[in-house]
Amino acid sequence: MTRELWKGNNAIAEAAVRAGLEAYFGYPITPQTEVLEYLSRRMPELGRVFVQAESELGAINMVYGAACTGVRVMSTSSSPGVSLMLEGLSYIAGTEVPAVLVNVMRGGPGLGNIAPAQGDYKQAVHGGGHGDYRQIVLAPASIQEAVDLMVLSFDLAEKYRTIVMLILDGSIGQMMEPVEMPPMQKVRRRDWDWATRGRDQHPNGERRFLTSIYLDPIEEEKTNLRLLKRWNIIQANEVRYKDYFLEDAEFVVIGFGTAGRVALSAVRAARAKGIKVGLFRPVTVSPFPFDAVRELVPRTRGFLVVEMNTGQMLDDVQVAIRGRVPIEFYGRPGGVVPLPEDILAEIERLSSDILSVDRDPRQEWFKRMSALTPAG
Amino acid sequence: MQKEVIVAGFGGQGVLFAGQVLTYAALHQGLEVTWIPSYGPEMRGGTANCTVVIADEEIGSPLVKKPTAVIALNLPSLNKYEKLVQPGGVLIVNQSMVDRIPERSDVTLVLIPANDIADELGSSKMLNMVVVGALLAHFPVVTLDSVEKALSEHLPAKHQHLLSLNGEALRRGYDFASQHAAVPA
Repeated sequence: MTRELWKGNNAIAEAAVRAGLEAYFGYPITPQTEVLEYLSRRMPELGRVFVQAESELGAINMVYGAACTGVRVMSTSSSPGVSLMLEGLSYIAGTEVPAVLVNVMRGGPGLGNIAPAQGDYKQAVHGGGHGDYRQIVLAPASIQEAVDLMVLSFDLAEKYRTIVMLILDGSIGQMMEPVEMPPMQKVRRRDWDWATRGRDQHPNGERRFLTSIYLDPIEEEKTNLRLLKRWNIIQANEVRYKDYFLEDAEFVVIGFGTAGRVALSAVRAARAKGIKVGLFRPVTVSPFPFDAVRELVPRTRGFLVVEMNTGQMLDDVQVAIRGRVPIEFYGRPGGVVPLPEDILAEIERLSSDILSVDRDPRQEWFKRMSALTPAG
Repeated sequence: MQKEVIVAGFGGQGVLFAGQVLTYAALHQGLEVTWIPSYGPEMRGGTANCTVVIADEEIGSPLVKKPTAVIALNLPSLNKYEKLVQPGGVLIVNQSMVDRIPERSDVTLVLIPANDIADELGSSKMLNMVVVGALLAHFPVVTLDSVEKALSEHLPAKHQHLLSLNGEALRRGYDFASQHAAVPA
């Protein structure tokens, strides 16, 4: 096993290349610009396509066009840039073509800042562009995981003709860790029966047509239901998560991405103090691991959801648990990264407090938080 | 086992590379390691720091409140991080840029005139390797050997002619810190 030290942004760029990325379109924005910088050299070197578009709108529509031809294509951006791409994403979803997008998330809303954040969970998982569609959203917590999921993204996008979004907190883009890179895959032009590559490229010169326009509401309704049918297959087959110390856990911390790995340090520290606590870290935040969380309910006294926002994944956890076990919340929004000590204090509170299923975890947290950082 | 190092100073002092050298060395030794810079709208002359976490198991948080070791290359860094070093940890202070004596007596303290040593070597840029060497004298998690190997493999091509000088800077720092350390009673 050869492990090399990689910066997160460079690592996902190289991983995409090795997964057979044939075309990249993007626009610079901190903290993901290194992806463009890296690919601007690497893609031409391999005779592949790299375009720094005139804007995020340009980039995502170039992705849309390339996706219709069935090549492996992606773009990367950071929060404000992703907002600009939402219209294009909706068209891609409506046209049912595979595309991959990475969001190296920063503090927001608005221009915000360039610090690591998880404020785009709702946008990625529940929101996105207009219309009734869902997308696969993967949330790595380390650079190795980001690399592995980058490769998986292309496979999933093609398998389900869907958008796959990788959400990285800015810190994963900027930090360095040892990585074992995947092998270089050949670029393969797959003979998709839907791809529009020109009639002379299609069997028997057949005419193909890709669109997101369904003027007849019945046809659009059918399309929406087709997307949901496909999503149900995704929800049943593509859930991924990692768990730690759950065997005898009475309390469970749930966090994704950087918040999840910081929580791992806190859980270990709590274990050292004799608290029976484990960690559940969703890797697919969409499809969310509802069943896996639900299975923890009968043997768990309390859950603690930790996020770098004001409680976005919290809503999904609440849906999974349906008020049967108390949930507490700890968040640091706006680009603040929680430290293990902060989460350890929450675990200690969780294990000693009288918990109630009737309390609103976000409001309880807000009261505690307001005492420390006045909302202003 | 988990150890953490924060390297802090002005932009341009080689703070980030000092951390990377430790990171590469840990990788060479087959350990788990993370390197994370403070990144922001920063510029030369502003403050810079990075955190290196080294462990023998999957690393949780790449950021820590209380590191095992701190290298403070200037006064603002000393003021910020002195109080945070874990008791029993290591504090390396660049005496050339700091005009006060640290107060901690429960850590291994090395006051090293790193700028002066680097200047003696003929290049002020060697400052960061002098302090990394000083740390290694009291931080046995990564060895001087693996740091030198890391340097030879990862010093940028344009600086490869400075390899032996970097090695000398490491050893000067190491020797100084071996002889001039205040160890807690």
